[in-house]
Amino acid sequence: MLTLNNINVYYGAIHALKGISFEVNKGEIVTLIGSNGAGKSTCLKTISGLLRPKEGTLSFKGNDLTAVSAPEIVSRGISQVPEGRRIFANMLVSENLDLGAYLRKDKAGIKEDMEKVFSLFPRLKERRRQLAGTLSGGEQQMLAMGRALMSKPELLLLDEPSMGLAPILVKQIFSIIQEINSLGTTILLVEQNARMALSIANRAYVLETGKIVLSGDSKELMESEEIRKAYLGG
Amino acid sequence: MGSAGDLILQQLINGISLGSIYALIALGYTMVYGIIQLINFAHGDVMMVGAYIGWFCTTVLKFSFLPALIVAMFLSAVLGVIIERIAYKPLRNATRLAALITAIGMSFFLEYGGMLIVTPQTRTFPSVFPQTVYTFGNVAFKYGDIVIVITTVILMLLLQFIVKYTKTGKAMRAVSYDKDAANLMGINVNNTISATFALGSALAAAAGVLIGVYFNTIDPLMGIMPGLKAFIAAVLGGIGIIPGAMLGGLAMGLIESIVSGIGYSTWRDAAAFIILIVVLLIKPNGLLGKNIREKV
Repeated sequence: MLTLNNINVYYGAIHALKGISFEVNKGEIVTLIGSNGAGKSTCLKTISGLLRPKEGTLSFKGNDLTAVSAPEIVSRGISQVPEGRRIFANMLVSENLDLGAYLRKDKAGIKEDMEKVFSLFPRLKERRRQLAGTLSGGEQQMLAMGRALMSKPELLLLDEPSMGLAPILVKQIFSIIQEINSLGTTILLVEQNARMALSIANRAYVLETGKIVLSGDSKELMESEEIRKAYLGG
Repeated sequence: MGSAGDLILQQLINGISLGSIYALIALGYTMVYGIIQLINFAHGDVMMVGAYIGWFCTTVLKFSFLPALIVAMFLSAVLGVIIERIAYKPLRNATRLAALITAIGMSFFLEYGGMLIVTPQTRTFPSVFPQTVYTFGNVAFKYGDIVIVITTVILMLLLQFIVKYTKTGKAMRAVSYDKDAANLMGINVNNTISATFALGSALAAAAGVLIGVYFNTIDPLMGIMPGLKAFIAAVLGGIGIIPGAMLGGLAMGLIESIVSGIGYSTWRDAAAFIILIVVLLIKPNGLLGKNIREKV
């Protein structure tokens, strides 16, 4: 479904992604794990069009995405939940969700999806008339995910959904990710919390300083000695 | 009490008329600042262009007030978009100072380019309204006062509606809050910025036509003083905050007329700049400005 081939991304002189290649198949949960600064977020930003690769190709459902603008990528069916949530704190919860559906014109479908989001995240329904900035961290994460789902993506990119959340909330968020996946959305998940990510993913890629150093079935990776030492705390 | 009370009331009426005009111009400053953090110093000159278009429509084409207002607003909106595309967009990622200097350059370009085209001479705006003066006791207000206030109120309601309820308005608020996140929603940031310039410039043009109608004369440098004062009004209300610009504009108009009313009319402009200094010293975020804390 999504294929990255030899992607190289630079921030000025810094070579952030050094020839990354991987793929995500329809229906999967794939996770990119790695420590701080490994290039995980850069990778997602490149897919969603916020950054441009200097070399390499990026394709989605057989169409080249390399030169496609970020708004156009949303309309092609890829939606990103950015790191740090990046909700519009100055707007209502309901307005945040409306913005998620910015490119859609099917009013009935939007309404239906809004209900779906509310059934996944009942807290958002209770708080839909509140300013998004007044939500707690966990609720903001839910809003960011709900907002991304409003574009009805085929592929959902999640950047560090567990960041800054209490363990119980992390569990809740991850079970919702599984639920979203079971409803038919393919998921590419970037996480520092490798244990949680591997526990729900089908496959995983391990990034280190801009390169993929390991990949495979998540269960196998979870057993691997290297991963246990480097990412799972022994 | 009678005459003093009348005097105060009279100055209030003058102040509200003047303040409405400042508010219309201030809205454009504040909206543009809100979305690209640029003080668009050419904004007052867009107002001047709007006034000239209004003059042309009423004098040469013999339009009545409303069609002239609409044509002026529309053409100035186009001008605003062109200015942004040509002068500011290439500097989107440059330092803020570079964009600010460009805005000052654009201001001079419009002022002196305007002089070249329409000559520096002052022109008389035709009286499009009956010169009726309504008097209540010793308080007088002109037909023009009523038109200014009604036009301003309608335009502000319209703006509020656009910003609050339309897709473009929501996109504008999203882009002003977080451009990358807006991009991820599928919002075209450039088009949204253009829409902001269009709206702000249309409001400035409306102010320009109203100034022409109210004061009867226009000239190519007429945008400078009202432009600066509207900028102060925007800062006073809290730059980037739409209701702040409305409040700041009205406050500026009222303060100016009161200063004139109590016999210090030569201090009128100084009062405006004193306000700017005081606001920047005491409450740099403006009257309605606040730091919204975000939970992370």
